[in-house]
Amino acid sequence: MQQLIFFIQRFKYFLFFILLECLAFGLTITNLSFHKSKFVNSTNSLVAGLYSQKSKITAYFRLKSEIEILVAENVRLKNLLEKRNLAVIIKDSTVVDTVKYFQKYTFTAGKVINNNFDKEFNFLTLDIGKNQGIDKEMAVVNSNGIVGIIDYTNNKYARVQSILNRNSRINARLRNTNYFGSLDWDGSDYKTVQLLDIPRQAPLRIGDTIETGGKSAIFPEGIFIGRVSKINRGNSADNRVTITLFNDMSNLGVVYVIKNFERDEIRKLENLENE
Amino acid sequence: MNKPFRLFFLFFFLLFLQVFVLNNILLFGSINPYLYIIFVFLYPLKENKIQLLFFSFLLGLLIDFFSDTGGVHAFAITFIAYLRLFFVKVYFRKLALDYPFFKLQSESFGKRFNYVVSLTVIHHLLFFLLINFSFYNLFNVLTNTFFSSIFTLVLYFIGTTIFTENE
Repeated sequence: MQQLIFFIQRFKYFLFFILLECLAFGLTITNLSFHKSKFVNSTNSLVAGLYSQKSKITAYFRLKSEIEILVAENVRLKNLLEKRNLAVIIKDSTVVDTVKYFQKYTFTAGKVINNNFDKEFNFLTLDIGKNQGIDKEMAVVNSNGIVGIIDYTNNKYARVQSILNRNSRINARLRNTNYFGSLDWDGSDYKTVQLLDIPRQAPLRIGDTIETGGKSAIFPEGIFIGRVSKINRGNSADNRVTITLFNDMSNLGVVYVIKNFERDEIRKLENLENE
Repeated sequence: MNKPFRLFFLFFFLLFLQVFVLNNILLFGSINPYLYIIFVFLYPLKENKIQLLFFSFLLGLLIDFFSDTGGVHAFAITFIAYLRLFFVKVYFRKLALDYPFFKLQSESFGKRFNYVVSLTVIHHLLFFLLINFSFYNLFNVLTNTFFSSIFTLVLYFIGTTIFTENE
């Protein structure tokens, strides 16, 4: 026993150093895994509070681009509405059958108060949390396309695992077809992501649009992701396709969080199948 | 200003400088200076070595809180805080007796340069290795380390020449 105490006395500096390093390394690992609860992140009230104060100031510098984005989205949505009106007029009557009607998704608007895009594992912080009904594994999009998935929430703030995160895997498909693959990021350029495992017979061309596939319970189908910018015609196993994002991930303001009302039912069904 | 208060001030000044100003520079897309490590250079040499380890760990951890990096900053800065004494011995040939009289600014530029560059490069290399967390993008890690180190060192030497001229 005395020997042990002597040992600790003698090497306490080194032992303290090892302790701190193990602690830091442990925190690094838990931060990277999606399903563990996190201690070190930017959603705690002190850090996120400071960030939201900062974003109150910096938001003014981005108002112009924010307005342009919103106007572009309004134009797109108005055009969609006009198309619908035409369909209704042709039928000559509007039938709203409340029995047939059901809502699958709901949207909540939030503001990005902290944005990372320069690292290998990037996260965003939003100023909405559990009080606004935000929960883990909800989709985050903006008017240009997908942004990420909620990975941690507390009462007032939420952390988003950006698509620019090497752990992020999102189901994506070629627009207007059912050829799908999974979206991945290699960690190099924040303007491009990679689409893996898309079948070779898929009629891919440079400039084709890639959208979310709706094969997961998180993202609704048909949300834009980006354009095909490089196709690998070699014999690699994963058939890697480079995609240029529609979204400028370095300039994010207002985002929408999508809640899927049927998520739990889908999950339950999928788990039954596995057993 | 008395010493503990000055260190306290330095601690929070470096923290907020790093998270609100320097983390947003992103020169050429990804190059950031990590100037908060000068806390390790400026912290006085003392008999009680555990203090520095603890405070630098705390500084790193607080920066991790802000930048969502888990414990990467904490790991890297604790590592150079531990190595500091070794480099003081190697470059300045100081013993424990000389510690109270040691002042980094009064050393010759060459020695100081070696000391600061060694610690900065080690910190940045560790930082980018852990941020990357795989051996997949190793070339990126090395280029990031190289350019970010240059950026940090340029800021450090500009800062020291500006702030020590008045004395």
